[in-house]
Amino acid sequence: MRAVRLSVVTAAATAAALTAVTGCAEKSDSKASDDAITVVAKDDSCEVSKKEFPAGHVKLAVENRGSKITEVYALFPDDRIVAERENIGPGTKATITAEFKAGDYVIACKPGMKGDGIRQTVKATGGKAAAKRSPEMDAAVAAYRQYVQAQADETLPKVKVFTDAVRAGDVEAAKKAYAESRIGWERTEPVAESFGDIDPKVDVREDGLEDGQDPAKDWTGWHRLEKALWQDKKIGDREKQLADLLDKDLADWQKRVGKAEITPTSMANGAKELLDEVATGKVTGEEERYSHTDLVDFKANVEGAQKSFDLLKPVASKNDPKLVAELDKQFAALNALLDKYRTDKSGYVFTSYEKVGKAERKELSDGVNALAEPLSKLAAAVVK
Amino acid sequence: MSENTTEEQGAAPSRRKVIGWGGAGLALGAAAAGGAVALTRDGDHTAPVADSGGAVPFHGPHQAGIATAVQDRLHFASFDVKTKDRDELIQLLKDWTRAAERMTAGAEVGEGAYGGLPEAPPDDTGEALGLKPSRLTLTIGFGPSLFDGRFGLKDKRPGALVELPKFPGDNLDPARSGGDICVQACADDPQVAVHAIRNLARIGFGKVAVRWSQLGFGKTSSTTPDAQTPRNLFGFKDGTRNIAGTETDRLAKHVWVSGKDAEGAAAWMDGGSYLVARRIRMNVETWDRTPLSEQEDIFGRDKKEGAPVGKAKEHDEPFLKAMKPDSHVRLAHPDSNNGATILRRGYSFTDGTDGLGRLDAGLFFLAYMKDVRTGFIPVQTSLAKNDALNEYTQHVGSALFAVPPGVRDKDDWWGRALFA
Repeated sequence: MRAVRLSVVTAAATAAALTAVTGCAEKSDSKASDDAITVVAKDDSCEVSKKEFPAGHVKLAVENRGSKITEVYALFPDDRIVAERENIGPGTKATITAEFKAGDYVIACKPGMKGDGIRQTVKATGGKAAAKRSPEMDAAVAAYRQYVQAQADETLPKVKVFTDAVRAGDVEAAKKAYAESRIGWERTEPVAESFGDIDPKVDVREDGLEDGQDPAKDWTGWHRLEKALWQDKKIGDREKQLADLLDKDLADWQKRVGKAEITPTSMANGAKELLDEVATGKVTGEEERYSHTDLVDFKANVEGAQKSFDLLKPVASKNDPKLVAELDKQFAALNALLDKYRTDKSGYVFTSYEKVGKAERKELSDGVNALAEPLSKLAAAVVK
Repeated sequence: MSENTTEEQGAAPSRRKVIGWGGAGLALGAAAAGGAVALTRDGDHTAPVADSGGAVPFHGPHQAGIATAVQDRLHFASFDVKTKDRDELIQLLKDWTRAAERMTAGAEVGEGAYGGLPEAPPDDTGEALGLKPSRLTLTIGFGPSLFDGRFGLKDKRPGALVELPKFPGDNLDPARSGGDICVQACADDPQVAVHAIRNLARIGFGKVAVRWSQLGFGKTSSTTPDAQTPRNLFGFKDGTRNIAGTETDRLAKHVWVSGKDAEGAAAWMDGGSYLVARRIRMNVETWDRTPLSEQEDIFGRDKKEGAPVGKAKEHDEPFLKAMKPDSHVRLAHPDSNNGATILRRGYSFTDGTDGLGRLDAGLFFLAYMKDVRTGFIPVQTSLAKNDALNEYTQHVGSALFAVPPGVRDKDDWWGRALFA
């Protein structure tokens, strides 16, 4: 995942998580628009009309009275995005609506659309319980939460094999451990990305750095080490430092992953997003451009998507059995296609993507489209 | 569209009455305000170029998009069928037909582009919202590879659906050639044509996959031989003698398949046609350095008026023997090919530059005919060997499709007779 796309993806994942709730709240909360909270953004201030408001469906009426184009964010205390609006020109107004459960939030204005913004703390009080879900849906979410946690727990020791090899200066051992160390992350990427700050530390590619960032200093994580191992073919002091940092950042992920916001629709749309990851990064060979281990990530993304789907199946089968049958078929077809690229079906040694020809890449891409299109309808089948 | 007419315009039925047509020599500019209308000057094929925003009827004995007055823009797509399940393919053709009915009428696909479940992507992609039907036509064709046995169609393959021979000079890219199914989308608004193919492709994911596609602009021939024959990227008028959509007899003779015709005719093709698609790369840079007289000799027409050698007006009957033996018009003329006549519907294309700084441009040649064995093949055989124009062109993509008859009504679907 590239950092430049980060805020968009995070917002999308969060929005997906919220819409399920919002959809219900909108119907029951007819006076939502009567008591909008105003946010007046200037070049040096961000005034919020109410510091406390009832939880529920909340509308922020934003006015940019400054001279610069701005953006306004509603954030969780840990900087996860609740809602955002970009590109609010000077002298213009915009509205942001979102579902706020009881708790603390931050409203941030970013004049010039740069930096951390001018921040205000606000509080949503009392208020509504989250939308009621069926026990089946609760079970699906709980099981997925366990899965995500287990993936993180199992990943850390595998990462340590990789980072130990880097620290020992053993290029060959590090190369061998690299792809496998990423599988758990790739299976649960949309959840990991929902934290916003971990992904750009561990999984950014060089072209994902922002303008002004120095690759020598600011580029960290797996792909930086990938380049050192496969392209530069050497491990220096910096790489050893980066190995320590990767351990540390992923430990942070392991700690936080259990607290991620997960809903049935975020699971469904997260599955689709995993296929989007395949379609944009893996099928093209961009993701693992030095190691060419793209098919390992590809497989892991598909496995993660399939996990979400399997857990949501009891709900989706009732609402749209035809869709479920189609998804079963397309998952099987894509997995069969991937199996052509590994000899041991219990292992994760796949053909180097360098050796996958143009026609074969087209076939893989067609397979991804065949699965991702019906998968984009899963969320609807879950909430229908 | 209704049989043998091109002037039908769902959205503007009374335009001809308003204007009063058939008058000699009258030509209204194609950009006339309130819907472009141009009249032909020839009483024999009088046909207004039609309201560029209107709707072309989808149902009829022949598919729209063949004899229909040529629209300004093209998005052509060739698909490989990915499913191995005959019933699934049939269902797709039904789904496509219903979507095509809606899109050609200017409506959205399925439940539309907004207002549905917020958690789900909308059925329609939305970029054609608010645009007129723009005379969108969607025309389907079936390639020879569809009849390879996967779907039990081996015995249904018509004799005329041959494999095209390799012509001298061909440099065909397999990735731009062939395909099991094609859909030709023509519209006066490129956004409408692109929207149509994109939505059909989306409906098709998992069942079919796009093999290649081509955008076209600047129609290079006309089925309404109107006052201004369009020019190709070499700057020459092209398609002067094309079959007009109103020429019932010539269409019946050269374009529409009829059961009583040739050997190996397939009953399911009755009312259909055969489509040849060729991506012809034009070396415009070298052409542009060619002296005017040589350019005119190569074509056999003058550049300004389009008149054949020795004649004054574009529509004057060409005297072939006055032209150089290797001139394009002389070699392509029916008189040089045992009367072989095809209906051309090609478009110019440019896909940017080719990495060497040259315009990646040319002619996306589309032609409909009753039988390729007596139509395209003999003409192209002669051209490929002898045409002076070959120095400046190269055929880089090629495909052939059997285009079934039209969809009769709301219960009918694309290819029903084939799968019956």
